[in-house]
Amino acid sequence: MAVAADAGPLPSAPTADKQRIFVASQWQLMWWRFRKHRVAVASAIVVGGFYLAVLGADFLAYSDPNASEAQRGLMPPQAIHWFDDGRFRPHVYGLKGARDPKTFKRVYQADPGQKIPIRFFAQGFEYRFLGLIPMSRHLIGVDPGRDASGTIFLLGTDVQGRDLWSRLMFGTRISLTIGLLGVTMSLVLGVVLGGFSGFYGGVADTVIQRIIEILRSIPTIPLWMGLAAALPRDWTILQVYFAITVIISLLGWTELARVIRGRFLALREEDFVVSARLVGCTQMRTIFVHMVPSFMSHIIAATTLALPAMIISETALSFLGLGLRPPAISWGVLLQQAQNVQTVAISPWLMLPAVPVIVVVMAFNFLGDGLRDAADPYGR
Amino acid sequence: MLADIGRRALLAVFTVWAIYMLAFAIIQLPPGDYVSSYIAQMASMGSVVTDEEAQNLRIQYGLGQPIYVQYWKWMKQIAEGNFGFSMEWRRPVTEVIGERLWLTVVVAVSALLLTWVLALPIGIYSAVRQYSIGDYAATFVGFLGLAVPNFLLALVLLYLGFTLFNAHIGGLFSPELQDAPWSLARVWDLLKHLPIPALILGLAGTAQQIRIMRANLLDELRKPYVVTARSKGLTEARVILKYPVRLALNPFASTIGYTLPYIVSGSIIVSLVLGLPTVGPLLLKALISQDMFLAGTIVLLLGIMTVIGTLISDIVLVWIDPRIRLEDT
Amino acid sequence: MDAEPLLSVRNLHTYFAQDEGIVKAVDGVSLEMNAGATLGVVGESGCGKSVTARSILRIVDRPGRIVEGEIWFRRPTANGGTGSHAVDLAKLEPNSEQMRSIRGAEIALIFQEPMSSFSPVHSVGNQIIEAILLHEAIDRRGARAKAIEMLRRVGVSSPDQRIDQLANQLSGGLRQRAMIAMALSCGPTLLIADEPTTALDVTTQTQILELMRQLQQEDGMAIMLITHDLGVVAEMATDVAVMYLGRVVEQAPVDAIFHAPKHPYTRALLRSIPRMRARSRERLTPIAGAVPHPYDRPAGCPFHPRCPDFIAGTCDRQTPGPRTVGERHTVSCFLYE
Repeated sequence: MAVAADAGPLPSAPTADKQRIFVASQWQLMWWRFRKHRVAVASAIVVGGFYLAVLGADFLAYSDPNASEAQRGLMPPQAIHWFDDGRFRPHVYGLKGARDPKTFKRVYQADPGQKIPIRFFAQGFEYRFLGLIPMSRHLIGVDPGRDASGTIFLLGTDVQGRDLWSRLMFGTRISLTIGLLGVTMSLVLGVVLGGFSGFYGGVADTVIQRIIEILRSIPTIPLWMGLAAALPRDWTILQVYFAITVIISLLGWTELARVIRGRFLALREEDFVVSARLVGCTQMRTIFVHMVPSFMSHIIAATTLALPAMIISETALSFLGLGLRPPAISWGVLLQQAQNVQTVAISPWLMLPAVPVIVVVMAFNFLGDGLRDAADPYGR
Repeated sequence: MLADIGRRALLAVFTVWAIYMLAFAIIQLPPGDYVSSYIAQMASMGSVVTDEEAQNLRIQYGLGQPIYVQYWKWMKQIAEGNFGFSMEWRRPVTEVIGERLWLTVVVAVSALLLTWVLALPIGIYSAVRQYSIGDYAATFVGFLGLAVPNFLLALVLLYLGFTLFNAHIGGLFSPELQDAPWSLARVWDLLKHLPIPALILGLAGTAQQIRIMRANLLDELRKPYVVTARSKGLTEARVILKYPVRLALNPFASTIGYTLPYIVSGSIIVSLVLGLPTVGPLLLKALISQDMFLAGTIVLLLGIMTVIGTLISDIVLVWIDPRIRLEDT
Repeated sequence: MDAEPLLSVRNLHTYFAQDEGIVKAVDGVSLEMNAGATLGVVGESGCGKSVTARSILRIVDRPGRIVEGEIWFRRPTANGGTGSHAVDLAKLEPNSEQMRSIRGAEIALIFQEPMSSFSPVHSVGNQIIEAILLHEAIDRRGARAKAIEMLRRVGVSSPDQRIDQLANQLSGGLRQRAMIAMALSCGPTLLIADEPTTALDVTTQTQILELMRQLQQEDGMAIMLITHDLGVVAEMATDVAVMYLGRVVEQAPVDAIFHAPKHPYTRALLRSIPRMRARSRERLTPIAGAVPHPYDRPAGCPFHPRCPDFIAGTCDRQTPGPRTVGERHTVSCFLYE
């Protein structure tokens, strides 16, 4: 019969903002939600900064990290004086060494007479940027003609007189890249085995699940220690590096596999997957076009959270002397010098390599958390 | 339920066998064996070991035979309770390990208990008073605990203890009681020294559990049965503790199984830094000097201990959650 | 008929402060219930029916708060006399002893989803006995006996066995009966039923409604039946309150609502019901427009953008208050001012 006449104005149409939300892609939505999580964004910047340092390690260092001189052993960090007679001229004091008559220990005193000006973008030891471009400029240096090695010690020196700051820069390189390789391997193993397990189920699932359970029940560090100690002593640094990566990721894939299996199991029963099959999608297409995007974000989050574990593992192994060994430089190798209280009590700056470890791990954790929250479709 | 436990026990047996294989592999992996490193050691001190002597040593320690023979020999030995001979210490392995294994257990368990005691209340508070200052503080400390590797924390605390308080906070016993036989005084001494290692070991786990508890509880707090409980007139405290907390505990309980290996692992390195008389420092030395029986036995025993702990926690989990009793996992 | 109403809600406002703005879930609700009566509260999803019920019991989830209004509830005076006095529930602290002694014992609430409204790890008996022990001076064995008796009353077979079962071991209908048993275990004077039959199939629905009617006759309690199903209301209610966007737009005896509705929204609702005797292929008459977004409430009368009798200049500027237009019949509409 009669249709109710339209009366009065309709409620307002959705605003432009809301329109955007309706048509945004999955990744855009994730990005918008991630952006709101300011701590995560800050952490992303921090992590980015660290990886830039990986690329520019040579540039940021000013001393040859392997230039050792026993006389300069265990020197404390130098203070930077920013002003010289009222003018902005950053400089450090030269050091005068003397032997304490009572303890016979070497004692360093700042010698205000020697003012060594710091130059930015100065010349220093030669290197190849990105392994390709020969350069010799560094962030900090001293007067042209003088090598910064042996004059500036921003973070002090270690037992063998090597500048800690420069070594820290190079150590960043190895510590952060080992994590990447290890996580990639774990990711591949985890995705393949977890996906197999979750999607096909049945016997394969049971077997893989039991393997995962067994691996998870084993305390990892004794195993790592054993495997790492088993590496031949005469392997090159590179070989040891890869071997360590393989060892760590062989046990680390279980977590990722569990997550992925869980997601596959949950998704398998979802209506949209069934309808994809009904419409005629092949199995491959169902998996890759329909299912994988649903948990891509979870994988990203899980991977980001797996990285700090890798970094800590390498640091721990090298700290014990079982992982990377000198002349390789990583945070763990640097920390090895800080193993006992007596050394640390006298030269506490040797513990400084712990700081980037903590900062990077925290940053990765916040970042991973932020990614996970952004990826969760049911979160607020 | 019994079938479930039976299944897990069977799996535990398999796990132990896997650990045995791994332990054995670790022993066999390094090129050369103890005798060769012994020879090298002797050489660096200036003395020479003749080939004949080396051969005799090898026979004595059973090192010359093919691998599968050594494999079975070791398994038989263990079944008899003979864990072999430590070549470095020249004493039976069991003597060398001595009370260290038990101390490792004590430290690990206290870390686990501390984790629970701290994490549960803080997690509950965090969830119930979401976004409050206490919540943010707990979250921050939690993150810190997760981010700082436990051995670094140990190092920093040692340093602080030494420089600020001139106290040596490592070790599990005071020097006088270190090697003394067991007595009440010694037990008390142990208890006094336990909190710091337990805290260092448990901090990361605590942070993890706080976050899990908080997330679980937040999920449960939104559910209808909480409203039902409230509508009956229960006090708020009772509403929270009896219902959502109980449900939030379930996934919590299932994490014990994997916290234990983690803590045992962590205790190895922390023991090194703090100089605890547990199995960790011993293992490191053994590995470096390729003292195979000692190293392998330690890895095996640690593994078995962990598996037993995990099994116990699984049984506890089945007991707590009646839903698991009814369904087939 | 008792002259004094059992429950009198006056100008209740419950607001939720969210990041994006304030959601005025209940924005001026006034309704009255007499003892032993059945008030049907109808409205579309999101009109604030559930929040009203929870406001009465003071269990609104944070960040919701009652910002204005009174909730007068008549209680028997203590010390055993026959007198009664009214207490304003809005003024009580939600977790106070007085409020908690009313909640569950004098006013009970049953929910739409009995499955998720029971704890999955406690037996139903445990949860019923808990309510009894809380409000009555009785020991455990007595409470258990009482719970079994209650289950029997609501029609649960083998109650002495069922009492120890988990909620997921019972069928939908049994679960709802168990929920009713739990709610009634302490003999409340007012039962608020929030969509009690929406999740049930039609046959079970009838049984549960029949059970509620029977219990009401036996115990003389009042029932506030919240639903969006006009059929249920027609069957069960003595009075009806129609809600829209957080306000009660009309309250009247059930006959008046169905045969002489006054508010344009009520009329539109009744018009939109498909009729049995209509010709086939006859078009349905939906209500024009859509329910506004909670953050986008219209000024003045909340229904004015969709109202066929909209008066420009009045309805979009001012909000009409409740006007009495008949016996126990109030309307909030400028057509009747």
